[in-house]
This record gives sequence, C-alpha cells and structure tokens, in this order.
Amino acid sequence: MLAFLTQRLLQIIPTLIIVSMLIFGLQQLLPGDPALIMAGEERDPKVLAEIREQYRLDQPIPVQYFYWVKGVLTGNLGESMRLKSSVSSLVAEKLPVTLQLAFMALLIAIGVGIPAGIVSAVKKETPWDYAANLFALWGLSTPNFWLGILMIFLFSVTLGWLPASGYVRLGEDWKASLATTVMPAFVLGNALAAVLMRHTRSAMLQAMGTDYVRTARAKGLHENRVVLKHALRNAMTPVITLLALDFGTLLSGAVLTEQIFSIPGFGKLIVDSVFNRDYAVVQGVVLVTSSIYISLNLLADIAYMLVNPRLRG
Amino acid sequence: MTVAALPTQAAAAHEENPWARAWRRLKRRKGAMAALIVVVALILLAVLAPWIAPYDPTATSFTTVRKPPSWAHWFGTDEVGRDVLSRILFGARASLSAGLVSVGIAVGAGVPLGLLAGYAGGWIDAVLSRVVDAMLAIPFLILAIALAAFLGPSLSNAMIAIGVTATPVFIRLTRGQTLGAKVEDYVEAARAVGNPHWRIALRHVLPNIVPPLLVQASLAIAGAIIAEAALSFLGLGQQPPAPSWGSMLNTAQRFIAQAPWMAFWPGFAIFFAVLSFNLLGDGLRDALDPRHK
Repeated sequence: MLAFLTQRLLQIIPTLIIVSMLIFGLQQLLPGDPALIMAGEERDPKVLAEIREQYRLDQPIPVQYFYWVKGVLTGNLGESMRLKSSVSSLVAEKLPVTLQLAFMALLIAIGVGIPAGIVSAVKKETPWDYAANLFALWGLSTPNFWLGILMIFLFSVTLGWLPASGYVRLGEDWKASLATTVMPAFVLGNALAAVLMRHTRSAMLQAMGTDYVRTARAKGLHENRVVLKHALRNAMTPVITLLALDFGTLLSGAVLTEQIFSIPGFGKLIVDSVFNRDYAVVQGVVLVTSSIYISLNLLADIAYMLVNPRLRG
Repeated sequence: MTVAALPTQAAAAHEENPWARAWRRLKRRKGAMAALIVVVALILLAVLAPWIAPYDPTATSFTTVRKPPSWAHWFGTDEVGRDVLSRILFGARASLSAGLVSVGIAVGAGVPLGLLAGYAGGWIDAVLSRVVDAMLAIPFLILAIALAAFLGPSLSNAMIAIGVTATPVFIRLTRGQTLGAKVEDYVEAARAVGNPHWRIALRHVLPNIVPPLLVQASLAIAGAIIAEAALSFLGLGQQPPAPSWGSMLNTAQRFIAQAPWMAFWPGFAIFFAVLSFNLLGDGLRDALDPRHK
C-alpha cells in the first residue's frame, strides 16, 4: 500500500511539470509582442522596456518559466492585468461558486444516474432498460448550453418560477442561492447522469452474473436484497472511482453553464479572461483546474485500493 | 448439394472477411443504421446547402425581423431577418467540417505517436505517456478554449484547438492497443521472418487495431461537434456573419423571450448530429468487438 502510494505520488510530479510547461507554453503561441498587448494604447519605448523588465519578457523563455514556476510554488499565480488583483485571490473568490454548482450537479447526477443504471441492468432488455438507455443517449448528446437556454425559456420566461441568471451566495440567503443554482446544476448534472447510468449499468450487469450473486439467490434471499446488498455494493466500486474522473467533465461543463446563467464562477472567470487577453488569469485557472483533476485522480486510485481488499496487500 | 461441398462452405463462412462480418452485424442494429443514414443525410445537406437552402444565409431583411416559423420561412427568421433554415443548412458545413477535420488532426497525429510509443517502448514511450497524462489532466473544453483563445478566434483555429485537444486520447488508445497486438503470434511471426520494424508496425500491427480506433473516431466526432458549437457559442469559432450552430445559439439567447425558435433549431441540429455520431459509435463498437455476440 505504502509502496503503491509513493509510486503514484512520484508519477504525479512529471505530470505536473509537463502540465505547467504546456500552460506556460500556451503564452508563447500568442501572436505579437506580449509587452505591446499589456501596454494597450501606450507606444512609448520607455514604458514598453519597463513592462518587459517587470514581467521579465526580456529574459530567455526558460528563465521566464523558472520565475513563473517559482511564483506558483509560493502561491503566487501572477497578477490580473484587467482586474488589478492577484490571480490567487480571484481563484479563491470564484472557486467556491463553481464547487457549489459542481457539488449540486453531482448530487443530481448520482440521484438520477445510479438508480437509472440499476433499473436498466436489473430489467435488462425491457422497456425500462430501453428508456434508461434513451435517457443516457439524450444526456450524452444534448449540448448543455442548449439545455440551459431551453430551461430558461421554460422555467424563467414562460412559467416565471426561477431567476434566469445571477447568483446569490449560499451564506447570504440559502433559499435564493438554491433558486439561482438549481437550473445550472441540473444542466451540468444532466450529461454526468448519463455517463453514470452507463457505468452503473455495465458494472451491475457484470456483478449480477457473478457466483456470489447466484449464491445469494440460491440461499433464497429476496431479489431486492440480492440486488441492493450483494450486487450493488460490488458494482459501486468502479463507479465511484470513475466519478472522480468525471469531475473534469463537470469543470469543462461549468464554463458554458456559468456563461449562460451569468454565474460569477471559475468558468466565467476563464472566459472573461480569455476575451480580455488576461493571460495570467487563464494560465492560473487552467493550472488550478488541472491540479484539482490530478488530485482527484489520485484520491480515486486510493479509494479504489481501500475498498478493494484484493489490492490492499 | 453434395456432402463433399459442405466442408469448403463451412471454411468459407469461417474465413468471412472481418469487415464484411462487422457490416453484417452493423446492419442488424436498427439504431446504428438509422444513425448512419442520418449522418450521410447531414453530410449531403451540408454539401448541397448552396443549392437547397431557400435563402441566402447572410442576406438580412428589415421586413422579416424575428418572424415565427411560416410557409415562407419554415424555421422562422432571426434578429436581422435572415432565414433560420438556410443558416442551419449552411451551419452544418461548419459543424460537420469541424467534426471531421479536428478528428482528422487528432487521428493523424495521435495514431502514429501512439504506434511509436507502444511499439518502441522505452524512453520514447515514457516521455509520450507523461505528455499524454499532462494533456488529459486539463479538462477538454478548458484546454480547447485556452488554445483557441491563444491562436485567435476563427473556425480553422477552433478546428486546430479541438484537434490538438482530442489527440492524447488517440495516442493513449493506439498505444494500449499496440502493446496488446505487439505480443500476438502473428507479430512474432512477422518479426521472425525478418520484417523491418516500420513494416511490422504499419502492416501487421496497425490493421489489427483499426476497429477500436474507428469506434473512438466516431465518438470523437460527436465530441468535436459539441466542442465546435461551444467555441462558436463563446465567439471563439466561426465568426459572424458566417452561420454556425453555436453562434446562432449565442445570439438566440438574447432573444429567448421574443423569438424562442431562434434557439430551438440550432440546438436541435447540434443534438441531432451529435446523437447520430454517438449512436453510430455505439453500433460500431458492438459490431466490431469480436467478444460481443
């Protein structure tokens, strides 16, 4: 176990280094002189030289990279040129909003996807199964920005039940907060529910065919107990670990969902920064997102080890 | 029929070309066949758009601003009086070409690199695998948005961004499949008779790993169509006034209360195209997987 953990942690280091190189390298793709972009209208050579010196643009790329990584390691992700505040504080401000959204989406996805997967596996090749599969196909094929617009049309414009956009913090007024986030969370959870349904279905089908399930049935246990206690418990192991991997999908989805519902989260921050050419923010957000993703992957592996006694050794 | 004819017939059935068998199996799947027909129809509509579109997709008219669907304009008109149906038909060109071109880039770059990593092994594999890990650690759409933003907003840059973002999946898949195929007897045999490495990789390994790649390509096209629509929705893809389903949705959002049809049709077109490629991918997986009966 310890050996596995050490090996897994050591594997992360090169991955993180390459991620940071990729993110830093993105800046080099920029057409034109970054100093000119930063200076805006200013064309005074003295000012440009100052900017170059301040941001070390006059240094070779490896040196620039070194200083950037040095900053990142000490928690300094750089400075937003547009918002005149540090990228770290922006991240700290926006991340909780997206996490609330992602968490609600996860709850919705689990609540819909796992039962649908169980039903479709237990009632294989019946109308229930077909309906669940259709639902999964719908979820996988619906662009979430379209679903968002349709929901705004139905629940905000036509019925007037929910606000079309905006966000209220959970701490401020939880009811208003839920009202502003329930639609985006549903939009975000929709695709994940479909993925979860498919994972659950195939894991359940596999579990239902095993010897221990046959034994449980042979003992005369009630079918519900066989399904929920014996099959489901074993089928959930791969599903839970896959959930961690699907979290990346949620973060991607949040970009568009937050845009549609005007939610001031992580996704909106990245899009706004992209359009304002605020590259330090783009780099910082991408770095934080991928670090979260890598950590979740690691946690998933550890969780898998913990619940699977054969791997514990 | 004589008894003597039976063994040869049985042998012929046994040696059925794997592609013929896959096609036979695919034909049995109604969903996949319907999807295939829809995909072909969508491609035809996109190619024939200039001839079948009822109006010029960029022609504005102040007398037909935001008209609901009617006999003259089946899908209604948009905020500057352009025909939505014509824009959907022309938009199919952007979406489908983005799907095909970006997956083409991903396959063109990913398959050779995966083959190299899997076949050569050693440090080449170690380096490539770490790069793949790193790229996969950045959520798909976020990487695509960042790339598209850094490259500059245009349809071709969006295609490049999506293609680059989709590449690591193909590297990983090809690598894994190559590792499996490399130890098969037929590869050993090819090596034993003295084939050069490149020949073994291209003639003996590659043809045997095509089925999973084909399935992945079909699903990746679905993903790329959504990604292109997403980038266009954000203004990073096809630039106005050229029509694209994603940018149509972006405009439609502002007029959702007055002209909901503007939002319905482009979204439905994306959904329909993506659904077809997903269904086709699922069908191909079932038809090409030898373990699946």
